[in-house]
Amino acid sequence: VSTLLKSRELILAVILAVAVAAIGAYDSVFVQWQNISDMLTETSVLFMLALAQMVVILTRGIDLSVAANLALSGFVAALVSQYYPDVPLILMIATGVAVGLLLGMINGGLIAVLGIPPIVVTLGTLAVYRGMIIILAGGDQVNASEMGVEFQAFPKDIFLGLTTPIWIAIGVSILFWLFLNLTRTGRGFYAVGGNPVAARYCGISQGWQEFLAYSIDGAVSGLCGYLWVARYGVAYSEIASGYELTVIAACVIGGVSIGGGVGTVAGTLLGALFLGIVNTALPVLQISPFWQMAIAGAVILAAVVINARAERRPDKLILPEARRLGRSTRAMRRARA
Amino acid sequence: MNAPMPPGEQQDRYTVLDAPPWRLRDALLRWEVILVILLVLTIVVNALVSPVFLDVYNLADATSNFSEMAIIALGMALLILVRDIDLSVAAIVALAAMSIGYAADAGWSPAMLFVVGIVVGLLCGAFNGIVVTWFNLPSIVVTIGTMSLFRGITQVILGDQALTKYPQPFLDLGQNYFIPMTETSVPWLFVPPVPLSFLIFLVLALIFGIVLHTTAVGRKLFAIGSNPVAARFSGIPVDRLRFLLFVLSGIMSGLAGALLTARLGSMRSNIAIGWELDIVTMVILGGVSIAGGVGSILGVFLAVLVLGLVRFGMSINNIPGQVVSVYVGLLLIAVISIPRIFEKLRARRAGR
Repeated sequence: VSTLLKSRELILAVILAVAVAAIGAYDSVFVQWQNISDMLTETSVLFMLALAQMVVILTRGIDLSVAANLALSGFVAALVSQYYPDVPLILMIATGVAVGLLLGMINGGLIAVLGIPPIVVTLGTLAVYRGMIIILAGGDQVNASEMGVEFQAFPKDIFLGLTTPIWIAIGVSILFWLFLNLTRTGRGFYAVGGNPVAARYCGISQGWQEFLAYSIDGAVSGLCGYLWVARYGVAYSEIASGYELTVIAACVIGGVSIGGGVGTVAGTLLGALFLGIVNTALPVLQISPFWQMAIAGAVILAAVVINARAERRPDKLILPEARRLGRSTRAMRRARA
Repeated sequence: MNAPMPPGEQQDRYTVLDAPPWRLRDALLRWEVILVILLVLTIVVNALVSPVFLDVYNLADATSNFSEMAIIALGMALLILVRDIDLSVAAIVALAAMSIGYAADAGWSPAMLFVVGIVVGLLCGAFNGIVVTWFNLPSIVVTIGTMSLFRGITQVILGDQALTKYPQPFLDLGQNYFIPMTETSVPWLFVPPVPLSFLIFLVLALIFGIVLHTTAVGRKLFAIGSNPVAARFSGIPVDRLRFLLFVLSGIMSGLAGALLTARLGSMRSNIAIGWELDIVTMVILGGVSIAGGVGSILGVFLAVLVLGLVRFGMSINNIPGQVVSVYVGLLLIAVISIPRIFEKLRARRAGR
């Protein structure tokens, strides 16, 4: 299975490389460093959110509240910047992350402790988190002129040739790779999603893994909330509206199985990169931006159909459990090792 | 949803349990009873807070604000019952509304405009159904994709323009009361004004309820939702029924698109945006289990009324829409978690 997964990511990478080369041949502006840097900066939030969402989907869950969480924690960070401009920047960012973590822990608690289906919980908290912004601000927004200068300058800083959001995304990606591949807890996400019953018999707590997954997702959303608000210079209740579905789409294109237990860091990053390239390529190709959504939809459908073809059809087997058991025992062996 | 079976609590697989005896406490804990209590509470609180809440004209107008969503919720309820979901409904509304707009430009009659909406919905639903059942894909992923695709097509064709030319008889269907207010000689006995969309919702809810709860097809849907594999082995055409449910969900969305266009009198590519999550909220609050196999049309009907009246009551008290969403979100989580908390406590007491 692992060679198959590897080749799938390789295929996606090759498609992306060919697409970039073709668009670059059409108009060399696209492959200029400035454009690539802009594209990566623009997509950095999606990279991180998609990785965090992948961890949630690995446990057979889904988090629809990421965009609302991003908006609320970004808003709180902006409020701190507005009312306490003397607070050091690192504390403002930490506030965003802490708020995001707290919101994620609320999701995780409801899901892991009470056993409510994730889609129900996050559908509810999605509305609550977004509405909280209105309640906090009384319908006001925080504008660029009200945020601190440093607060807004940080995501535009360039360090060793790359903007800070790109560096953060690289750092977060490496952390995710190390965590998911080299730690016992990280492998636990795969085990719980691959086969919850087997994972339980191996002493892996499903509830704890779920709680952890939503908390991580929340903290990452908080970080992205700060980056989003600071980069675009405005914080109000509608920012990133509907972005949760883009994040899930990036995971799906990257080969993360919605059934849980399947997904890699590299694949998810490539899925997010794909959406980022589509968004920046359209203006270069002089195609109306209105095409963006239709293309993304077609790509998602193509990706799920191809991924399904690559896997065997489960209902042709008499005992689908046997296959899933096999998969998760392998995951378990890796977790033990 | 996927909680592992705790060891030791597993029933012997060959025992068939008797139905538990009827008890008053179980009946009171039924979901529909909770919803009725919520509904009464909503009405009483609103009537106390605002004197204009119980005005029949106000209530009639309130119904038209949620009837289109409620019509789609009926189709969604059946899909969730069989463990599927359709997140593309709002995008289908947009695509149907756009087709209606162009057909109206071409001078088609109001009845034909409704047919156009329904046919577009049917085609979109069939597309969803084919992709989900032929390729055996999770419907949540497929319909996220088609949501993007359908709304994307609307955006590509329409760009940033709006369609506003509709024949007056078509607009009348959406904006006037279908059944006008008729008073009788007895002062408290009257026929309330009913908008067309609410009337259609009532009729459809009745039909859906009868089909789901009294016919063989309805039992088959419950069987699929409880255990799709066992349902298939008992000779139920699982994939064909699921396909038909996606078509049905598309038809409902197309019909809702026609009603919405007639009510608003204009459409842009962002029409009905974000509705899919509101509709899923209605269905889940109605007691349909996201894990499949549990739910009733009566529950969905009551949840639609509760949510509609909560929103209406708050809007006449000048509470902004997103704050209302906070209450709706809290209501959803509270209503789902309170029975579970009780269950946990009871289990803990029993364990001692």
